[in-house]
Amino acid sequence: MTVEVQGLVRRFGAMAALDGVSLALEPGEFAAVLGPSGSGKTTLLRVLAGLDFPDEGRVLLAGQDVAAVPARERGVGVVFQHYALFRHMTVFENVAFGLRVRPRRHRPAEAEIQRRVTALLELVQLPELAARFPDQLSGGQRQRVALARALAIEPRLLLLDEPFGALDALVRKEVRRWVRGLHDRLGLTSVLVTHDQEEAMEMADRVAVMDRGRVVQFATASELLAEPETPFVAGFLGEAGRLVGEVRAGLLLVEDVGFTGSVPLPDGPAEVIVRPGDVRVLAPADFGDLSPIAIGKVRSLRPVCDGAWRVVVAMGDRVIEGMAAGSPLPRGADCVLEVTRLVVFGANASGRAIWTANDPGHRSLGAGHQGFFAVD
Amino acid sequence: MRSATADPAAIRWGLPLLALVLATIIFALPLAAVFAEALRRGWGVALAAIAEPDTLAAIQLTLLVAAISVPVNTVGGIAAAWAVAKHDFPGKRLLVTWIELPFSVSPVISGLVFVLLFGAQGYFGPWLRERDIQIIFALPGLVLATVFVTFPFVARTLMPLMQEQGRSEEEAAATLGASGWQTFRRVTLPNVKWALLAGVLLCNARAMGEFGAVSVVSGHIRGQTNTMPLHVEILYNEYMFAGAFAVAALLALLGVVTLGAKAVLERASERRLGGAA
Repeated sequence: MTVEVQGLVRRFGAMAALDGVSLALEPGEFAAVLGPSGSGKTTLLRVLAGLDFPDEGRVLLAGQDVAAVPARERGVGVVFQHYALFRHMTVFENVAFGLRVRPRRHRPAEAEIQRRVTALLELVQLPELAARFPDQLSGGQRQRVALARALAIEPRLLLLDEPFGALDALVRKEVRRWVRGLHDRLGLTSVLVTHDQEEAMEMADRVAVMDRGRVVQFATASELLAEPETPFVAGFLGEAGRLVGEVRAGLLLVEDVGFTGSVPLPDGPAEVIVRPGDVRVLAPADFGDLSPIAIGKVRSLRPVCDGAWRVVVAMGDRVIEGMAAGSPLPRGADCVLEVTRLVVFGANASGRAIWTANDPGHRSLGAGHQGFFAVD
Repeated sequence: MRSATADPAAIRWGLPLLALVLATIIFALPLAAVFAEALRRGWGVALAAIAEPDTLAAIQLTLLVAAISVPVNTVGGIAAAWAVAKHDFPGKRLLVTWIELPFSVSPVISGLVFVLLFGAQGYFGPWLRERDIQIIFALPGLVLATVFVTFPFVARTLMPLMQEQGRSEEEAAATLGASGWQTFRRVTLPNVKWALLAGVLLCNARAMGEFGAVSVVSGHIRGQTNTMPLHVEILYNEYMFAGAFAVAALLALLGVVTLGAKAVLERASERRLGGAA
C-alpha cells in the first residue's frame, strides 16, 4: 500500500509536535522514523494509525485521504511500545480480538477464527502459549503476541512503535531480523518508529530522520551516512566528530586541527563533521601522503579488530577519533591525522559540501601546522 | 542478625498489638454487643421483633432503596470514572472534586438540600404539588438522598485503577477495529471488574446503613417511609430494646456479610494477579 503524508501539522498548545511533515512510502517498503525523544516521531505514528488527528495536512493511504478517519476504520496494524496486550484475555483471545469485534456480517465463523488465530500463533512461533495470560509471558513473547494480534486484521500497513525497546540486547537482534523477514514474506508496508539508529539502519529500506517536528532527511542508511543534508543528521547518525571551521574565499580553515581545503561554500563560519573511519592516525615518521594533515597527541586507544585500532587524539582543546593500523602508537605520542573525507555545512544553512582527499579538484590546496604541507 | 530496616522488638510487636487492641475495643466489641443484646432473650424474641409488620416494611423499604440506588450509582460511577480516567476535557479537575462532595459534606446537609429543593416550601415545591408528585417524605426522596450520599463509592474505587491502567489497551482495541462500546465492554470493564464489585458492595453497605440524609427526607412514617436505620432509632427511643437490637443486629449482619464478600473478592483478584511474573 502506498503511504503518503503531506504537510502534517499537529500542535499541542503552543508546541508543534509535527511541523509540516511530508513523506511518501513505496508499496512494500520498510521505513523507519528515527529521531531523539520529543522529535515528533510517535505523534507521526499516531496520526498514521488514526489515534491522533492532524491540525493541517493530508494522510493518504492507498491514495485515499484518511486524515479524518478514526483508527477503527483504518485497518492499520499497530504494535505498541509496551505492547498494550489485553491483560484479562488469554493469548488466543488477544489475537482473536480483531476478528471478534467485526460487524456480524464480516465476522468469520468460530471455526474460521480458531483456524486463523492458530495459524497466526504458529507464524509467531507461540502455538503452545495460546492459553496463557500476558502477565505469564516474557518480553519477547509478549512482543510476538502483539505482532500476531496486529496481523490478525490483515493490515496492509503495519506500524511499530519502539517495539524492541523492552527486549534485552540479544533477543532484540534476533527479533529484529525475524520481524523484517515477516515483513518481506507477508508483503506488508511497514513504518518503524525508533530512537535506535542501529535498529533503523538495519531493518529499514529508508530512514526518515526527524528533528523538532520535521523530517529533515528521508533516505537509505548509506546515503544518510555519506551525504547528510543537515548538521543534525550528520551528528545524529553514525559516529561523528564536530569541528568548527571558517570558509574564506572558497577555502575552509579548521583552526583547531590546522586543516585547510577548498570547498564551494560562501564565506562565513562552517560546521565540520568528521567520521572516525575517515581519519587515519599515523606516526609522524610514516607520513608520506599529500593529503592535508594535522598533528596531535594520542590520548587513548583500543583494538577494534585484528591489527586495527581506534584512537582518541587530542588536538589542543579538541578531541578527534580516528583509526590506526599496524603496531599501536603509545599513549602520549605525537601523531599525524590524515583526513580523507569531511562533511562541511556552511553558515545559516547556506549549503553543504563534501570534501574528499581523492578529489583532484580539492587536492590542489591543503596545508597544516608544523611544516607538514601538502601542496601540489 | 538484624536487617537494616528491622525495628526494635518493642515496635515490631507493640504496634500490631496496640492496633489489635484498639480494633477490638472500637470495632469488634460494639458489634458483638449488638448481637449479644439482640439475642439476650433468645432467638424467639428476636425473630418475633423482626416479624413485626412495621419492621418488615422497614426492611423491605431499605432493600428497595438500595436496589434502586446501587445500580444508579454503579452506572453513574463507571461513567464518571471512565470519563475522568480515559478522556481529557475542560473542567476535569472540577468534576473530580465534585464527585467527592458527598464525602466532605455532612449527610444531614445533603438531606436538607433536597428538602430545600423539593419540599412543600422548596424551589420546585409548588410545581411538584400542582402535578401531584411527592418527592420529600416518600420513596423518591429516600432514593435521591441515598444516591447522593453513596455516589462516590464506585467512582472513587474505579478512578485510580483506571487512571493507572491508562489508555493504551483502549487504543489497541481501536486499531483492531473495535467500536467505543465494544472497547468499553470487552476491554475497559473486564479490567476493573474486581474493583467495581468491591465498590458496588461498599456502596450497597452504605446505602442500606445511611441515616443522616435519609432521616431528614423520610418523615419517619412507620410502615411507609421508615428505613431500617431509622426504625432502629424509633424502636430504641420507645424503649423497645429487644426490637431495636434485633433490627440493628440484622443491619449489622448485612454490613458484615458485605465486607466478607469484599474480602473474598479481593483475595480472588489477588490470586488471579498473583500469577504474574
